[in-house]
Amino acid sequence: MKLAFFGGIYNNYLALEAAIADARRRDAQDLFCLGDMGAFGPFPDRVFPLLLEAGVHCVQGNYDESIGNELPDCQCGYTDPRDNHFARLSYDYTLEHTSPDNRRWLQRLPGAIDCDREGLRLHLCHGSPRRTNEFLWESTTSDAFLDRLIDETGADLVLGTHTGLHWQRRTGQGRTFVNVGVLGRPANDGRTSVWYTLLQIQRGGRFSVEFVPVQYDHRRLAREMQQEGLPAEFVETIESGWWTTCLEVLPSRERRRGRH
Amino acid sequence: MIEASAAAFVELHGLDELWFQVAGTRCNLSCSHCFISCSPHNDLFGFLSLDDVRSVLVESIEWGVREYYFTGGEPFLNPDLVEMLVTALGYGPVTVLTNATVLKDEWLLRLRAAEEQGPFSLEYRVSIDGPDPQTNDPIRGEGTFERAIRGVEQLVRHGALPIITMARTWPDHRDDEVLGRFRDVLRQHGCNRPRLKILPRLKLGAEVERTEGYADWERVSPGMLEGFDSTQLICSHSRTVTDRGIFVCPILVDQPGAWMGESLAETDRPFPLEHGACMTCYQYGAICTNPSSQFHGQAGETDRGEGGR
Repeated sequence: MKLAFFGGIYNNYLALEAAIADARRRDAQDLFCLGDMGAFGPFPDRVFPLLLEAGVHCVQGNYDESIGNELPDCQCGYTDPRDNHFARLSYDYTLEHTSPDNRRWLQRLPGAIDCDREGLRLHLCHGSPRRTNEFLWESTTSDAFLDRLIDETGADLVLGTHTGLHWQRRTGQGRTFVNVGVLGRPANDGRTSVWYTLLQIQRGGRFSVEFVPVQYDHRRLAREMQQEGLPAEFVETIESGWWTTCLEVLPSRERRRGRH
Repeated sequence: MIEASAAAFVELHGLDELWFQVAGTRCNLSCSHCFISCSPHNDLFGFLSLDDVRSVLVESIEWGVREYYFTGGEPFLNPDLVEMLVTALGYGPVTVLTNATVLKDEWLLRLRAAEEQGPFSLEYRVSIDGPDPQTNDPIRGEGTFERAIRGVEQLVRHGALPIITMARTWPDHRDDEVLGRFRDVLRQHGCNRPRLKILPRLKLGAEVERTEGYADWERVSPGMLEGFDSTQLICSHSRTVTDRGIFVCPILVDQPGAWMGESLAETDRPFPLEHGACMTCYQYGAICTNPSSQFHGQAGETDRGEGGR
C-alpha cells in the first residue's frame, strides 16, 4: 500500500491541490498532513476545503496550535530579530484571515497520530515525537538521539516536518525517521518545486520512502502574495527557490546549501 | 548560596547536549568578563585527553545524546583537539567554541574533510565581543579584535559559516544597532552570511571584578518554576565533562555544588538552582545552545490521536 505525507502547507493551497492530485495519480490510499497549515502564503482559508474534501488525516503543528488558540505568536522559536520580524508579519496576516470555524478545527487537531499499516507501526508528529516545535535537522540530529526519540514512541517509523527540508535516516538500530518536507515553500535548493513523501509498504512491514517534487502554479501564488501585500522576501523565495528569511535557525551545513 | 532545601530542583529530562571542557581553564587570552576566569595561567581545570573523550563518546550513545560541544579555555590549545573533533563527528553534530586567534589552515582543512565525510554539521562559534576594537579590546585584550577577525576570514576561506557570539556589554536596547554594525563589518571581511548570537553577561569569575557579582536575591525559587518550562534550562538537558569529573553545565564548573559525578550515570539526578547564574539561564533560556537546537515557548508535549482513520 501507498501512503502520502504532506507537511507545512503555509497557506500554499495551489501546491496542496497539485500534491493531492499527484498522490491520487500515484495510487496513494491514505493522505496525511503533519501540520502548519498556515504562514507565509496568501488566503489561509483556501487550504481547509482541500484537506477536508480529500479526507487528509491531519496532525497539529505549532502554527495550528497558535492560530487555533489565538496565541500571541507562531511558536516557531526563531532567535534572530530579523527572522522574528518576518514571522510576525506572516502570523498576523494568517491569524487575521483564518475564519473562526477553521481556527476551531485547527484547535482540535491531535498533536500526533499513531497507526499501524501492514504490521508497520507509524508515529506521525510535527516537529519531534517529544515536542511540537523541535527542529530535527539532518545535520544536527545524531543516530543515538533518533533512537532515543523513536524508541519512546514504540514505532518502527517516525515521520515529521517542521524544518522545511526533507530527509530520512535509518539508524544502526534499524529505526527510521523521515522528514516529509513541506508544500509551502521550496526546499532552499534553487528550484520552484515543493516536496511531499510517498511511503510504500509491503506485506510484512517492509517499506520504501520516496520524496516527490511537485510543480504547481508558483507564478500565480507569487502574484497573489503580492496582491495581498505579503513581504517581497517571501515572494522571492517562491519565485527563486532560495530561502530569504528564517535562516538563522539553520545549521551551517543546511545553510551552506542555500544562497542566502 | 542559599540553603539547598529552599532551592528549586531541575531533573535531567534527557541528555541532549554533552559538553567537553577540553582545554580546562587554559586560554591564550585573559578576558576581563570570563565567567570561569580562563587565562594562560589558570590551571584549575586541565586538558582532557583523547582517550577521555573517546570513552565518554562511547558511553554517550546509550544516553541518546543529540550533539557535542567542545569548549575551554581555548579548545585549540589542546594538541589533540582536531583528532577529538574528527572522532566526535563520527557520533553526531559537533560545535567548537573558539576565540579564533590560534587557528591553523592544516587543522581547518582536515576538519572540513571530516565534516564532508559524514552527515553532521561542524559549527564554529567564535567569541568577539563587539563590532569594533573599541568595544571588544578592553574586554578581550589589545589587538584581539583584529586577530579574531583574521580568524573569521580564515574560517570563511575554508568554507565555514562561523557563528559569532558576543557577550552583551551594552544596554539591551542597543542590540539591533550592534547586530547591524557587526553584520556590515563581517561582510567587509568576506563573511557574506554573518551569523550572530548575543549572550547575556554572566556575573561570575573575572566579570565579578570587572563589574559586579549576583546579588543574593538573584536566585530561582521553587515558586518560579511553577508553570515554567524547565526544558529551557540547560541543566535539564546537558552535562559537562572536565578532567575533574562531570559537572552540571559549562557555566558553573568552578562553582561549589556543580560537580555531579564521574560517569554520566552518576549525573542523572536533579540539580538545585542555587546559583545566581541559574537566574540568567532562567531569564534568557539555554543560552549556551546553538540557535538550530533551541526551542522556545510552550509548544507542547504532543498528545496523541487515535490513529489515521
